[in-house]
Amino acid sequence: MKYNWNWGIFFELSPDGAHTYLGSLMFGMVWTLATALSAWIIALAIGSVIGVLRTAPNVWLARFANGYVELFRNIPLLVQMFLWYFVLPEVVPNAIGTWLKQLPNASFYTAVVCLGLYTAARVAEQLRAGILSLRSGQRMAGLAVGLTLPQTYRYVLLPMAYRIILPPLTSEFLNIIKNSAVALTIGLVELTAAARSMQEFTFQVFEAFTGATILYIIINIVVVNGMRILERRLSVPGYISLGKPAAAH
Amino acid sequence: MFSNFDWDVIARSLPYIFLDGMWFTLRLTAIATAGGIVIGTLLALMRLSSFAPLSIFAGGYVNLMRSMPLVLVIFWIYFLVPYIGQWVTGASRPIQVGALVTCLVTFTIFEAAYFCEIMRAGIQSIPRGQTEAAKAIGMTYWQSMGDIILPQAFRNMIPVLLTQTIVLFQDTSLVYVISVTDFLGAASKIAQRDSRLVEMYLFAAVIYFIISLGASVLVRKLQRRVAIVR
Repeated sequence: MKYNWNWGIFFELSPDGAHTYLGSLMFGMVWTLATALSAWIIALAIGSVIGVLRTAPNVWLARFANGYVELFRNIPLLVQMFLWYFVLPEVVPNAIGTWLKQLPNASFYTAVVCLGLYTAARVAEQLRAGILSLRSGQRMAGLAVGLTLPQTYRYVLLPMAYRIILPPLTSEFLNIIKNSAVALTIGLVELTAAARSMQEFTFQVFEAFTGATILYIIINIVVVNGMRILERRLSVPGYISLGKPAAAH
Repeated sequence: MFSNFDWDVIARSLPYIFLDGMWFTLRLTAIATAGGIVIGTLLALMRLSSFAPLSIFAGGYVNLMRSMPLVLVIFWIYFLVPYIGQWVTGASRPIQVGALVTCLVTFTIFEAAYFCEIMRAGIQSIPRGQTEAAKAIGMTYWQSMGDIILPQAFRNMIPVLLTQTIVLFQDTSLVYVISVTDFLGAASKIAQRDSRLVEMYLFAAVIYFIISLGASVLVRKLQRRVAIVR
């Protein structure tokens, strides 16, 4: 295998003239984390609403929520990214479309919204499973002591459900970090894109990708261990955690 | 808005995006699923092995693959395979490999990690007593795995394996990043050539949606049947 290894490349100046290549990978990582965290907030908020609606007694609300989940789960993330980035500005009224196209950091906002709504469908699925795993007596008892249905959810069902689904939510959070790499197709310079551009400038393919891989592994280890501590503190005694979440990446 | 849509561009490019694009996507999905399940099952056996080096290797491999984004793995393989080819064949320079081979290698080894986890769960769902009983009547490891454990594990896991195949089908769209003409790649090429991004991307989304939804409805039906029989 003939390949000129040059690990020192990480400390050479990158084309932006101010930072080393290692620095540019770090910037990429910061964008990855910023995108994933912002999208995660959207995913948790909307995923919770959709998840609750799926277990609600109103048939039409449940149907709407099921439709949401099916829609976002059955279109590839990359295609959704393109729809938000290329198609949306064209099909909204002209003024809004122009505003969208001229937005600074458009690819970041697009990636956040797209990833957030995509992951919301998955969070909703987990939350529904969590709520359904509770004994039906809990809901009945809540209603019997005079709580309204929203109060039953707020004080009885959701506090339990969230604690039960913490392990699968950890996986979803890892997924959202990994999925943010798809945003490189709409021009977001996150970690994978930073490694790719480093490779293009230096031709040091394997150093660049090794660097990115190591950073991803570090992120993974930090998240997994952080969540493990949280899971231990929040686990519900007597409940084994739900099975593995649906396979995904 | 929709009034100046050029639906004709879809009709004109149908042969290209289906016969070239979708054909590539389906072949990639089918072969990578088959390869991924075979390698994934072997990895699962290694992970469950009591021989430490095997289980450590398999565990490390699975965790490595699962901590990387698929896009990064695609780039890795895209650049790595020519060098490996050079090393294996002893050629003087990195050898050029076709798009299909690159994609097949990528998706097979990447999905193998996920199929491994599914098969591991499947094998672990079979009561230990069965392995012990097989041993007691004198079966070798491979006999008990091949005749007793794996057939049941496969059967229990069929719905999950198929669901993962639908995920894989959607993931194949990511070969876009190395400019391969899969279904999305073909749609995207037409979109850029004719400046018809809206039409082509909406069309691609609808087709992916119909196929994935249809497949997942079938899987759910199958799941119900498997559940009753068991």
